[in-house]
Amino acid sequence: MADEPLILGIETSCDETGVGVVRGHTLLADALASSVDEHARFGGVVPEVASRAHLEAIVPTMRRALDDAGVTLADIDAIAVTAGPGLAGALLVGVAAAKGYALAAEKPVYGVNHLAAHVAVDTLEHGPLPEPAIALLVSGGHSSLLLVDDLATGVTPLGATIDDAAGEAFDKVARLLGLPFPGGPPIDREARAGSPDAITFPRGLTAPKDLAAHRFDFSFSGLKTAVARWVEAKQRAGEPVPVPDVAASFQEAVCDVLTGKAIAACRDRGVDTLVLGGGVAANSRLRALAEERAAKQGIRVRVPRPKLCTDNGAMVAALGSHLVAAGVAPSRLDLPADSAMPLTIVSV
Amino acid sequence: MLVLVLDSSTPAVTAALAEITAHAVAPRGERSVVDARAHGELLAPQVSEVLAEAGARPADLAAVVAGVGPGPFTGLRVGLVTAASMGQVLGIPTYGVPSLDAIGHAATHPRSGAAPEAGPVLAATDARRREIYWAVYDLAGERLAGPEVDTPAAVAERARELGVRVAVGEGARRYADILELPLRAGLDYPPPYALAELAAERVRAGAPGDQLTPLYLRRPDAVAAAGRKPVLQ
Ligand SMILES: Nc1ncnc2c1ncn2[C@@H]1O[C@H](COP(=O)(O)OP(=O)(O)OP(=O)(O)O)[C@@H](O)[C@H]1O
Ligand SMILES: [Mg+2]
Repeated sequence: MADEPLILGIETSCDETGVGVVRGHTLLADALASSVDEHARFGGVVPEVASRAHLEAIVPTMRRALDDAGVTLADIDAIAVTAGPGLAGALLVGVAAAKGYALAAEKPVYGVNHLAAHVAVDTLEHGPLPEPAIALLVSGGHSSLLLVDDLATGVTPLGATIDDAAGEAFDKVARLLGLPFPGGPPIDREARAGSPDAITFPRGLTAPKDLAAHRFDFSFSGLKTAVARWVEAKQRAGEPVPVPDVAASFQEAVCDVLTGKAIAACRDRGVDTLVLGGGVAANSRLRALAEERAAKQGIRVRVPRPKLCTDNGAMVAALGSHLVAAGVAPSRLDLPADSAMPLTIVSV
Repeated sequence: MLVLVLDSSTPAVTAALAEITAHAVAPRGERSVVDARAHGELLAPQVSEVLAEAGARPADLAAVVAGVGPGPFTGLRVGLVTAASMGQVLGIPTYGVPSLDAIGHAATHPRSGAAPEAGPVLAATDARRREIYWAVYDLAGERLAGPEVDTPAAVAERARELGVRVAVGEGARRYADILELPLRAGLDYPPPYALAELAAERVRAGAPGDQLTPLYLRRPDAVAAAGRKPVLQ
């Protein structure tokens, strides 16, 4: 084990400052500092607030990760950093830090894709990813179905949301229901006391006419509007809003579409591994429904523990480790942060 | 003692080395490129180049000196996080110097035998949004006012009150017509030797390093990231 590469990962694409350390597929440390509380009152992440917080947090978070892993930067074989996609100013703090660490420790640096890292993190829990696999990537900014032929070199997008991301829908509906930001965890919690069948909310892009053009695409904007209308109607009528039922029914609509299309993609491509990644993959109903439906089709679901689903440094280290093992060349020191980095680019 | 000097508070992205001895600060190489949009790409290769040119390795560094602004935030953070991360790895102190102080110091302590400026000096850099970051220095290079961020018209008034005789810095050049002060050319950006000189005493004394905090001077624009639109418009 000791001869496997020791990789450090740095994540600053949004509001979490993450530094992770892995050896091969083994997680050694996952240190995280979050500015989420500073953003909560704005109902979303304020980019400049996030950037300032990253600058303050990066050195202590790095120290914590190295201490937890019991290693020094001199022991590290390579440094991986999220180069995109994400908030430009926030990404830049992490990328510049990674270069400073790499320069001073005289180590190679890999600028990597945050979304590919959300897929790669599962290798820390379940070992190497069988390829090809289908990945369902659902987070605050993205909702995509991907065919993963070779995680080191590229993934093929099969479909994506045409409007809101799944996590964004959770956040907006939570706001509507007076629940705190980010909305995923409180909706997940409220839904446990509610009925998923209480209200029938629309399933976007599942009608036969939509499937022709958008077989593996998602749409959550209509769902969010339907929930808003339903809640406002109740309020106008002066009736109490049954928060648990709305949460459960909304969550069911999202999970139904996500798992339905993910399983369909597996069958269409003859793939028997489905990996879930991104913050929404922390959702308890999504995990259960995916398992249930996949089992019926002989498909294996791989999903990391909730803490590894939301943004963290370990996922970046996991992808870095995969790249190093695959013999991919490191990035140059002039590597840019790319806020709109496409999914097809795994490392720059 | 070999020190790395970084400044990214203006469109000039600068990495330099300086040798600090008991009585002098000697330049040992410099890379400076003016590009307001490429701090993140330019700085690390520049550091690597100045080290290679001097035949030095990162482990030879005794300290990192960084200009802490004020300056446009995104670029400014690149220099500070580079300094902080390198300092952490190398276990060496990092010293922050206000970037405007370096311009003020250079104007009042010119290197090339040129005469120092007569009377208080205004140093100003571009703050975008039609404002400038500014400070005023006396003949010894001591800061009399600032650093602050204001409109050029407001700075012109403060400069008159403070008896400023000459203006330096790209911000002063850009708004020369409003400031109505004699302009000293050739000193647009913080010179690395001036940053090194301003930190030299602390470097020599092995003083405890600073946590490098930018001189932001402005609050963040508190607008949530795009894409999270209100429900039902
Ligand atoms: N238990 C949960 N159920 C549903 N959604 C959740 C849960 N936990 C977190 N989320 C959602 O996950 C999102 C955050 O995920 P993540 O940290 O991966 O996103 P991001 O980094 O903001 O976006 P991206 O990865 O696309 O750049 C938020 O929208 C949050 O509401
Ligand atoms: Mg994410």
